[in-house]
Amino acid sequence: MSEYYKPLPKPSPTSRPFWDAARRHELTLQRCGACRVFIYYPRDRCPKCFSDNLGWERLSGRGKVYSFTVVRRASSRAFSDAPYVLAIVELAEGPRMTTNIVAPPDDVRVEMPVEVCFDDVTPDHTLVKFKPA
Amino acid sequence: MSLKGKAAAIGIGELKPVKEPGDLTALGLMARVAAEAIADAGLEKKDIDGFLVGVPFSDPGMIYPASAAEVLGLNVRMLNQVDIGGASPAGMIWRAAAAIDAGMCSAVLCIVADLNKVGDQRPPVISVQREFEAPYGNIGANCGYAMIAHRHMHEYGTTARQMAKVAVDQRTSALKNPLATFNDKALTIDDVLNSRMIVDPLHLYEIVSPVSGGAAIIVASSEVAKRAKNPPIWLLGAGEYANHSTITYAPSITESPIKPAAAAAFKMAGLQPKDMDLACPYDCYTITVIVTLEDAGFCKKGDGGPFVMEHDLTYAGDFPCNTHGGQLSFGQPGLAGGMSHVTEAIRQLMGRGGERQVKGAALGYVNGNGGIMSEQSSLVLERRS
Repeated sequence: MSEYYKPLPKPSPTSRPFWDAARRHELTLQRCGACRVFIYYPRDRCPKCFSDNLGWERLSGRGKVYSFTVVRRASSRAFSDAPYVLAIVELAEGPRMTTNIVAPPDDVRVEMPVEVCFDDVTPDHTLVKFKPA
Repeated sequence: MSLKGKAAAIGIGELKPVKEPGDLTALGLMARVAAEAIADAGLEKKDIDGFLVGVPFSDPGMIYPASAAEVLGLNVRMLNQVDIGGASPAGMIWRAAAAIDAGMCSAVLCIVADLNKVGDQRPPVISVQREFEAPYGNIGANCGYAMIAHRHMHEYGTTARQMAKVAVDQRTSALKNPLATFNDKALTIDDVLNSRMIVDPLHLYEIVSPVSGGAAIIVASSEVAKRAKNPPIWLLGAGEYANHSTITYAPSITESPIKPAAAAAFKMAGLQPKDMDLACPYDCYTITVIVTLEDAGFCKKGDGGPFVMEHDLTYAGDFPCNTHGGQLSFGQPGLAGGMSHVTEAIRQLMGRGGERQVKGAALGYVNGNGGIMSEQSSLVLERRS
């Protein structure tokens, strides 16, 4: 196995449940118990209504490409294996996530339907990515 | 409460950016532009009693304003760091005016300088960005603006040729700007579209080039402005807004916080976009100009692409826009890239545009933009006849 040299997420006490779920290949997000909005990325209070009544819910994993770019030349040497597809995915439940689309770059389109997939980049780290649905 | 007419820009200093920093230091550049701006205003260093500074990525530090003030030998009644990315220089102008209006000081040195050191670490970002952006390769500014451009194309039918036109017209003006980094060769739309694709849909010539340099502006009270060498350029309106840092979490990626910032600036000034003789919108990328012209109200939302095609954006055109060449041709010396829009508006309104002077320019709009279309600071400036 080759060494993984890209930046890895360092979970905080607030975000650890999200990354733990990702390692189980589940997409779970916080949901506000007061205003019912889904929240990404994890917070200590709801960014909409500021309630601290937050719980975790498993999501459908479905969404669409809100926008994307094919990075041909990366700003960081860690991504010198460019091209890669960086995207904003809008989840069916509402929130948007920064992620990668696992597909040939030329196949990706704005509004394209996608579904979640999980990339176990190290034994301890799983990234949440998306592929064409 | 309003800052309308409470303070004026009376002096500027700006260096021609260089690609290779050589033996330059950020603090050394600050000293040079400070001296130039103070002399340009017709003041002496002892007249400066306020200090607003941006922290250079190449030599950052805590307690920065007092440290830089010490290097410059300033004694000041008000000092602060302004940290709103590329909007910092525009943001400094109204903060200086507010401090002057509050009676805290009377002549503020606003200053930014930085070095482009190839291979330097990128500036540190906060934990949530290291955690949720960097692992996916959302690093630096290119990706975010590329995603704005893609979505803008999808929603409004904006084309690659329309975006390229911004770089082309700005380059035409840059040919008349001795300070611009890229001022030796005109560009065509095809030149832009044939330049290397960096982040789809943005080509190399649609992306700012990092350089080393610095700029300074003296903002003064009406009392001090009376003894200035130059015609004072009055701040008529200012507005600021931010609603996200990472573009993923913006309410909309195609409609920016420039809308409320510009609306506040025009409201304070009692003027409208159509009253402006020139516009200096922050241009880290071509798409930034298109979105700014829409959100500031120079055209309808979504019409920015057709607008830049239908208008001549050069200094001699019917819609003079970034007549210094914009950052795209001037270069981006760190935060001083965003200062170049402010200095150019002041220069034009003072009537010091040289070969690229916009005839009869009396009113100018400036927008500073930080991060990924995040912090926005809009100004309306006036030369009184």
